[in-house]
Order: sequence, then structure tokens, then C-alpha cells
Amino acid sequence: MKEPLAYMRKAQGSWEKRILKSLNSMCTELGIPLAQKRPVSEQKELLNKWNEMGTDEPDLSLFRPVYAPKDFLEVLMNLRNPNYENGEQPSFRNHLGLIQVPLKVKDIPELKEDFSELGLNIGQLGIDDSAQVPPEFFENEHVRVGQKVLAEQDSAAAQQYVRQGCPTALRADLWALILNISNQPEDILYYEQLKSNVIQHNLLVDSLIYKDVKLTASNDDYYFVFEDYLYQVLLCFSRDTSVLEHFTYSSATPPKSYIRGKLGMEEYAVFYPPNGVIPFHGFSMYVAPLCFLYHEPSKLYQIFREMYVRFFFRLHSISSHPSGIVSLCLLFETLLQTHLPQLFYHLREIGAQPLRISFKWMVRAFSGYLATDQLLLLWDRILGYNSLEILAVLAAAVFAFRAVNLMEVTSLAAAEAVLADLSTLKVMPLLQIFLFATVT
Amino acid sequence: MSGAAGPGPPVGPGRSPLPCAPRPAAALQLSGGTEPARPGVAVIDLRFPRGAAADVQEIVFKNFYTAFLSVRVQRPGPSGSRRWVTCLRDLCLMPCPHTEQGAQDYFSLHRHQMLCDMDQVTAVRFILRQPSPVWLHFTIEELQIFPAGQKSPQKDFPSWLSQLTPPEQPASLHGELPDPEKVSTEVQQMWVLTEVIRARQAAARIGRFDVSPTTPLAGLQPRRITGGASWRGYS
Repeated sequence: MKEPLAYMRKAQGSWEKRILKSLNSMCTELGIPLAQKRPVSEQKELLNKWNEMGTDEPDLSLFRPVYAPKDFLEVLMNLRNPNYENGEQPSFRNHLGLIQVPLKVKDIPELKEDFSELGLNIGQLGIDDSAQVPPEFFENEHVRVGQKVLAEQDSAAAQQYVRQGCPTALRADLWALILNISNQPEDILYYEQLKSNVIQHNLLVDSLIYKDVKLTASNDDYYFVFEDYLYQVLLCFSRDTSVLEHFTYSSATPPKSYIRGKLGMEEYAVFYPPNGVIPFHGFSMYVAPLCFLYHEPSKLYQIFREMYVRFFFRLHSISSHPSGIVSLCLLFETLLQTHLPQLFYHLREIGAQPLRISFKWMVRAFSGYLATDQLLLLWDRILGYNSLEILAVLAAAVFAFRAVNLMEVTSLAAAEAVLADLSTLKVMPLLQIFLFATVT
Repeated sequence: MSGAAGPGPPVGPGRSPLPCAPRPAAALQLSGGTEPARPGVAVIDLRFPRGAAADVQEIVFKNFYTAFLSVRVQRPGPSGSRRWVTCLRDLCLMPCPHTEQGAQDYFSLHRHQMLCDMDQVTAVRFILRQPSPVWLHFTIEELQIFPAGQKSPQKDFPSWLSQLTPPEQPASLHGELPDPEKVSTEVQQMWVLTEVIRARQAAARIGRFDVSPTTPLAGLQPRRITGGASWRGYS
């Protein structure tokens, strides 16, 4: 089911119109067509340089990202249910945070039950594999079980297994097992076909992808080495029409475009880009962590595509789904308000609404903010629990961890500075303490 | 009172709802109140045109922020006069009335979920409750009532497709249960027979299954198997 609530459908529709208008205006301004066929010489050149597209330095100064997460946050802040009493006076009806829609979110007792495998008395990778703990206690046995799960090729068992974390050596295969990716010859052939589509046609979206990679992943200490892989995956992703299938369960609708001169005629309508997904600032960070696990482009591509149509699409579309970004934001704000009321009130008073800081973490699923090994441990749990709620819980846990420093700041900029660097954080202890060891 | 128009409710093939004109939801009002209160209870009354009575099979509607639903129907009572009977009591449509869960979902109520029989119904009353004060309006929309006995197949199926083998009917036991008295007397007779036979068991063999060692079994003639055995010798 796409989206039961009418006002959310409407909000998503108007957001999509805005994005499309922005894209079209950039297109008219720069005088570049949305799509055109490459001349043969250019095709040959691109084919030769396929594995080192990062060395290309096209002039991207005139391009700008279609939107950034903070623009999306503005839209979510203005989301209102017309049937809800949104009075101006503060009352029990108004939420104290930025999100004002009354969605059902879980509280800590419910989260404790859902994430029971993260409990204090259950072994976790990320905690019980540290140098001080002898491996006989947990790690050796856990690796042995993982190897057995792989040998049995049991996808459901793998999903249950990764809730306690994945050993680094087994992670690539376990994720492929959970996502049902086997890299058959047909899949490799499909990827090669997408590659030939990239070579033959040039899309405006390609320049947006180039710009995004140059702005984000290339500047990141951990991910700049994978720049070429990112182009190989994202350029093919834009042309993959099988991604259109996920629109049956997403609240979004793919944008339509018309062949030149045939505006409004349905026979000449195509989806643009072919996969219906317009990349925004930071989109390439969804792919970057996967490059640590998979080195073969076609397998990397399939893993990314599957992760996108299962999880990541919910992070940039407006819906009432429990894993949708609106619910995640509300869950974060509710957790913070319930369990750190003084901190929440203080931040609100100084004009530093906590969601303004944590929104970008959640939209990117913490990619680029955490250290890579910690990020992969977090994404293990996303796959294991098949839900993105853990992102909101981690965001609240980070605030809880830095609460003492945050209580002393007096402005939004100072609060941002306290939370600017998350690269030293250990994800699993934070989650465990917040869920299971905080006195309420 | 009106919610945004979404996609229509799913209607099965060959089904058409009964014609009826539901009046808009009327909120419960206490007499003598100075300003209109929001009591959180509303009633939708529905009568079939020209006083017709119908057998109700299914009620389909789209919720709009109603938390609990009760349904009463007016049917002929034992004495002949019509009485109101509750057929559904406090069905929970929104598990958490302050939040959006279930607020705009489609629901379907089938006759076998009801507390009473749904035959010869002349009027239906929907009692809507929304205890949470945060919602401005609540009602149910796209109300459709489907009568019983509408299972017509789709008209545009090709004829060969509709000639499916009929599903196996399990042996119907209704009305054809054998009389237990009769069965028990027959079983008793058979038991008596076995007892009699056992008592009179003779030592002599019946001789029915004895095989003479020299008589070959009919149809099988053993042949010597030579090299390059072929099975032609055995019929």
C-alpha cells in the first residue's frame, strides 16, 4: 500500500513538484538537455576511462544539487494534518519538537522488546569483541555460528544472526544472503547492459551525480579511494528501470518527462531519470560504505540497489510508515523529550532544536558521520531488524552521551560544534546503555 | 466533515452495493447546552429506499479518524414487529486514538463477524466514537453495503477458463448422518458374528489358499534364462 493518509500523499506530491521544477529550471538555465545521445568518439573515450572516471574533471561549477537534507527538513516541519487541532497556543496537542504530525511511535519499553537481542546479557559484536574480552567468551562461538549459517545458506537465520553483529570476514556474504543477491550470469549481463546505456546516452542527472560525489565522498577521508566505484554504481543506477518497481510501495511517484516538442502527450512520456530517483546532496554516501565489502562492480551494484529499494528510499520520501523519515524524526524527538527532558528544554530555549542537528545523520543513515567499522555494525542491525528505527534510537543515544556538554552551550552553532565529530563514537555501547541501562 | 477523496474502496468483481442514502454523521448533543460541544460520539443512520429489507453480506467503508464503531440493525423480531439489535460492539478502528494508526484505512465487516443474524435488515445505524479531543472531525466515508448471494462470475472470462473442475466437496454430513441407533445395532450384529465364529473355530483348514506344489500358477511359465536374457519369456 502506498500511503493511507491523504495529507501525506498531497505533501509528497507537492514536494516532488518542487524538485522537478528546480531540476527543470537548472536545465533551462544551463541550456543542457535532460538526456542526449553521446557522439561516437565520446562513447569510445568513456569506455576506455570506465575504471577511472574519477580522473575526469568536468566543469561542474554551474551545477548545484537539486536539494539538500535541510530543505527536506523544512518541508517536514511544515507538514500538518488538516484534521488535527494545530492551535497556536502551546497545549498538550502541540508537540514540542519540529515534527507536528501525530504518528504512532514506540517508547522505550516497546523498543526494548523489539531490540531484545541488543540486551545487556547478550553478546554483541562491537562490545564483546574488544581487545579486553577474551575471544572464547563470545567471539569465537559467534564466528562459528556465522560460518554454519553461510554453509546452510539460510537467509532467515542470517537475518537473525546479524542482529548480534557480523564478523568482518563474513559480512559481505551474509549481507548478500539476507538481501538475496547471488550474482548470477544474468545479473552480470544486466549490469553490463546498464553500463552500455551509460556509454551511449548522457543524462543531466549524471552531472548531478558527479557533483555530489566530488562534494561528499571525494572529500571524505575514508571513502575517497572508492570514487571510481561510486560513479560506476550510481551512473548505472540512474538508468535501471527495475527500480521503478519500488514505487508500488513507496509514497513517492517517479517524475515524468516528455520528448521534446510533445509536452502533454502521454505516448511520449518517459520517466526521468529512467529509475525515477532524483539524487540529492549526499546521495552517494549510501553507496560508499558498501565499497568496503564488495569489490566486484556488478555485485556492489546489486547490493546497493537492493538496500535502496528496501530501506534507503524511506529516508527521503514523506510517508507514515514506521521506518519512514517522518516517523524516525518523531521517534527521535519523543525519545529525547521523554528521557532527557531538561536537555530538550534547554536546547529548545537556545534555539537549537535537536532535530536540526540529528536530521542529517538520519537521512544519510549515519554514513560519513561514524567511523566505517561502527557504521557497518549499525547497518548490520538495520538488516537484522528490517527497520530503520535504530537510526532514531542511535541519534537520541548520541545526544544522551554528550548531554553534559550540550547543557552548557548557548547557541545552535555551539551545539553543532559539540556534535560535529562522531567519528570516535562506539555505536553498540551507546545503543545498549540508552535502551537497557538508562534509569527512567 | 469530508476527508480528501482517495482511491475508491475495492469492489469485488460482479458485486454491486445496495442503493442507500446515508445521512451525514450527526453528533450527539446534550439538550440545554449553550455552545455546541464536541461529544466525541456521532451517529449515521441508513435506511434502504422504499422501506425494502435486505440480507446484508458485507459492509465496506473508509475510516476517517473514528476510533470505535458500533453497528445496530433493525430487523423483524420474533413477534413480527421491528426491533433494533446490536450486531457489532465497539470495534476498534484506531488502536491508539491520539495517533494516526488506522485513521484513514479501509475496513470490511462480514456477516459472520456480527453478533446477530443479518437477514431482513431494514435500517442500519453506525455509532461512531472518538474519545480523543485532538481531531476536529471524525466520520466514516465511502460506505457500501453488499447484499448476500452475489457471486456472479466475471462476464469477460473466456469460456474455457470458467470450465474449471469443481472443487471437491467434502461429504456433506448435514441431514445425511446415519441414525446412530441403526449403526450401533449393525455393529452389534457384526460383533456377535465374530464371537460366534471364534467360538466355533474348527481345526480343519478351509483350503482356499493352498497351492499345490506341482500346479504352476496360471499365466506364469518358468523358462530357463539363457545368456542375453530377454524378458519376452514372461507374460
